[in-house]
Amino acid sequence: MNLKDRRLLVIVLFMLITLVFIARLFQLQVLDPEWKVKAAQITERSVTKYPSRGVIFDREGRLLVGNIAVYDLMVVPREIEDLDTLALSRLLSVDVDEMKSRLKNASDYSTFKPTAIAKQIPSDEYVNISEVIGDYKGFYTQVRSMRSYPDSLAAHALGYISEVSPGRMEKDSYYRLGDYIGASGVEAIYEDAVRGEKGVEIMLVDVHNNVRGKFEGGRYDSSSVSGRNLTSSLDIELQKFGEALMRNKRGSIVAIEPATGEILAMVNNPAYDPNLLVGRVRSSNYGVLLSDALKPLFNRALQAKYPPGSTFKLVNALIGLQLGAVTTETYHSCRSGYYFGSRRLGCHSHASPLKLDYSIITSCNGYYCNVFKDIIELGETAEEGYKVWSEYVSRFGIGSKLHTDMTGEVEGLLPGVSYYDRFYGSGRWKAHTIISLAIGQGELGVTPMQMANMCATIANRGWYYTPHIIKEIDGRPLTDSTYTVKHETGIDRKNYDIVIDAMEQVIIRGTGRGVKYDDTAICGKTGTAQNPHGKDHSIFIAFAPKDDPKIAIAVYVENVGFGSTWAAPITSLMIEKFLTGETTRPAVEKRMLEADLMHAH
Amino acid sequence: MRTRSEIIGAVDKPVLLIYLLLVLLGWINIYAANYSVDYPSIFDTSREYGMQFLWICIGLAFGVGLLMFSGEFFRKNAILIYGGVLLLLIAVLIFGREVNGAKSWFGVGGFGIQPSEFAKMATALVIAAYLSDINMKVKGLKELLITILLIGIPSVLILLQPDAGTLLVFIGFLLVMYREGLIGNIIFLGIGLVFVTITTLFFIKTEWTLAEGLVVNSGWIISLLIIGLGVLAFSFVKRFILPRFRKQNIRGLIIIVISSLITVGAITLIYQSDSILKPHHKTRIDVLFGHMEDPSGAGYNVTQSKTAIGSGGLLGKGFLQGVLTKYKYVPMQSTDFIFCTVGEEWGFIGSSAVLILFLALLLRIIHLAENQRSAFTRVYSYAVASIIFMHVLINVGMAIGLAPVIGIPLPFFSYGGSSFLSFTAMMFILLRLDSERLEVFR
Ligand SMILES: [Zn+2]
Repeated sequence: MNLKDRRLLVIVLFMLITLVFIARLFQLQVLDPEWKVKAAQITERSVTKYPSRGVIFDREGRLLVGNIAVYDLMVVPREIEDLDTLALSRLLSVDVDEMKSRLKNASDYSTFKPTAIAKQIPSDEYVNISEVIGDYKGFYTQVRSMRSYPDSLAAHALGYISEVSPGRMEKDSYYRLGDYIGASGVEAIYEDAVRGEKGVEIMLVDVHNNVRGKFEGGRYDSSSVSGRNLTSSLDIELQKFGEALMRNKRGSIVAIEPATGEILAMVNNPAYDPNLLVGRVRSSNYGVLLSDALKPLFNRALQAKYPPGSTFKLVNALIGLQLGAVTTETYHSCRSGYYFGSRRLGCHSHASPLKLDYSIITSCNGYYCNVFKDIIELGETAEEGYKVWSEYVSRFGIGSKLHTDMTGEVEGLLPGVSYYDRFYGSGRWKAHTIISLAIGQGELGVTPMQMANMCATIANRGWYYTPHIIKEIDGRPLTDSTYTVKHETGIDRKNYDIVIDAMEQVIIRGTGRGVKYDDTAICGKTGTAQNPHGKDHSIFIAFAPKDDPKIAIAVYVENVGFGSTWAAPITSLMIEKFLTGETTRPAVEKRMLEADLMHAH
Repeated sequence: MRTRSEIIGAVDKPVLLIYLLLVLLGWINIYAANYSVDYPSIFDTSREYGMQFLWICIGLAFGVGLLMFSGEFFRKNAILIYGGVLLLLIAVLIFGREVNGAKSWFGVGGFGIQPSEFAKMATALVIAAYLSDINMKVKGLKELLITILLIGIPSVLILLQPDAGTLLVFIGFLLVMYREGLIGNIIFLGIGLVFVTITTLFFIKTEWTLAEGLVVNSGWIISLLIIGLGVLAFSFVKRFILPRFRKQNIRGLIIIVISSLITVGAITLIYQSDSILKPHHKTRIDVLFGHMEDPSGAGYNVTQSKTAIGSGGLLGKGFLQGVLTKYKYVPMQSTDFIFCTVGEEWGFIGSSAVLILFLALLLRIIHLAENQRSAFTRVYSYAVASIIFMHVLINVGMAIGLAPVIGIPLPFFSYGGSSFLSFTAMMFILLRLDSERLEVFR
């Protein structure tokens, strides 16, 4: 064999190796994305820049919900050197085993990415930590913000923030593990507006984890955008006063500006301090509140269904007038009640027979049984009559969700025809079967919010805007059609004038005499909601001034009996406070503030 | 005597050009790997790139100086140079400075000299001188043993330092011995099959998606590659080999292809069979070939290196943009892992181009070698090609995770005076010898 030809094998070897290497390079550099990902993982450190959450002001521009700085202690496990776990756990007041498990979780998650080892450290604790944290290699603090409520008001309306759930994270890629999100109330409804936009800063780090510059000169960096500020329609002073009045009472107050549907005050009691549901203590406090027998988390204004009682006579009067079932000159007699068949629906003693205006002033049950029976009997059948009646009732916002800008709202109850058909059988019920609807008892369920809205509708002489607690986003009025479209009742203005004149007389000489505080024309109506479980609930609705209503209010005080005893004075004080900015009857005020109607039972 | 300009005019331009290009690229990449805004000048001698510039200047002056000697001078003095280097290798074991656990350095002022780097060149010269001097038609066992001894003495001395990398380079002399007929095709076939085995084991876990639903094991790809290369070699034989040798060559080719295919199949079967390999053997194989993370953590360097190269992508991140090399994620980035900078900053295109430059250099040297009338020049050229080849094989193979981690410089590229001077001397002696091609009538 010619030795010269052996060169060929040498050449083939050289070419073969080059080819194998180029193939390998192609695999590493072109085919396999793993190395690019790995390179990014080890050299880039993204620092999320959290936006500050939009704050909430009241209608006068006073701070209702603010933010305060808290601190997260972050750890990058691979940078830890000579860690004294015991000292660290003492510094953070955490059990040493708990600290060990947190550190282990952090390194299991990633050795080079930062993990929060302690969250939402308040600034007074942070002072001690910041002095020594420099000695702990691999640890640093990051400022975050936390909600704060300077006056501890309106907890139910405002809601709270919690860590985002896995389900929500899946649906919305904005959220990352450990982010916070509005979980209820205004915080949840306006989450998109107040959360702002997170920013990111991608830094390049060297092998010793020192920051060496910005990735691609900062081309992919973005700054955070602060959340938009909200203006609430609440009046802090009125809200504060309302919460004080309701202390030690079970019940609710809702006040609305009739012309706009803006909620001026929304008071619940029992309630809780919203500052309890922020930061590290949130979940433990939440547990305590949840198991509290007084149910402080229960949002009565939106979730409690009460029969409207005598206040509902106003609605029946309006529907009766509109349908011609009653006129201002219609007389009905009432002899301590209304008799149908062998049964009687009782009434108190008053002059009889009586006309429409006096029926409102004295809150006669018998009169409205007649009116209701006449309304139902306008139809060919009871079903037909009932359908027309319930359609009008529903236009007051009763029996379905109002769609306020808060969470947890319930529908209440306005039974449909099918409800009674199921109960009594189709065609087997008539006006007398359901006569308790005439006086707002029976199957009706109305929330305090719906009741206040009904009052605002009467004040407006026939229409309402959906009640809402936020009026402006970043200083601009809401554009959501839910809050800008008028809901009409289809009942003529002249019929409202008739009813409203009578409501004024209720305050002047009727069941609501205690409400008047000066010559401001107030229109109102007492009510008592029957309570099968105990003493009746005291109800009062009112609006003022009569000709240019600025406030419509509904007050519920549970288990205290007749409406004029407790609900009426509270209504009066609230109206006076709102319209004049002060109160002039210290004796009444003191009695209302100090009354403990909750613990006496 | 010819004039200086005549000599320089007669040197082989392609080799000189590729050499200069590789030196320049090496310098630029050392600069990129160590770039710092505080020391922006590439000539700053307080930095490695400034030092490399200094070495390049010294090396080129030294190389041009070597061109002034006649080829006969190197042939006659080969044994002296060889003997001198052996003395240095012995001396370094006694007086040398210990760096990273190996006694391989002489400190001369601020500079260090590594005798083992020059041992390669000296050995190349001495076996060239020996194999050409005896002018034998039949090379027998005696000649084989003497050649092995000439290669073996420096190998053992280097092994004592210990410097496994340089030792491996001496294995490259097998190619020279093969070409000169000291060892036969069988041995070459053996070497070839070792490569096939290693390649098979490297890709044994890689699956290739050729088309939707068509996923094949790497064994098939390698087999196809072998058949393809066989066909390529076959057409080579038909075109370039004299007809009377063809039959012999084609028979050899068939033996190579078939035995390679059998090797691929056998290795794959053995690897996949649970009865032949014990689990701990398999673990050892998996660690060595990177299918499993080394429990001892020694895989770190290779992972960082592969990450740097892999993240370069098709076109690379651009000059001075290699984040992993710049920010010291890759160890020994101006010496053993200089190829990472190429891969990260210049991408697949750039790193393939560098490999192709090396291939072009090697092929050109082989071409020159075969055109020599002087057996001395031929053997020497083969030796130089083998040394460069072994360096590229181990250095680049290590960087891309195809060879074990053994510290060895990439010729002309890596930072370091001794290595640079030694390769430069090797190249310029080769250029000088080749330029005498037309004068030699022996
Ligand atoms: Zn009566």
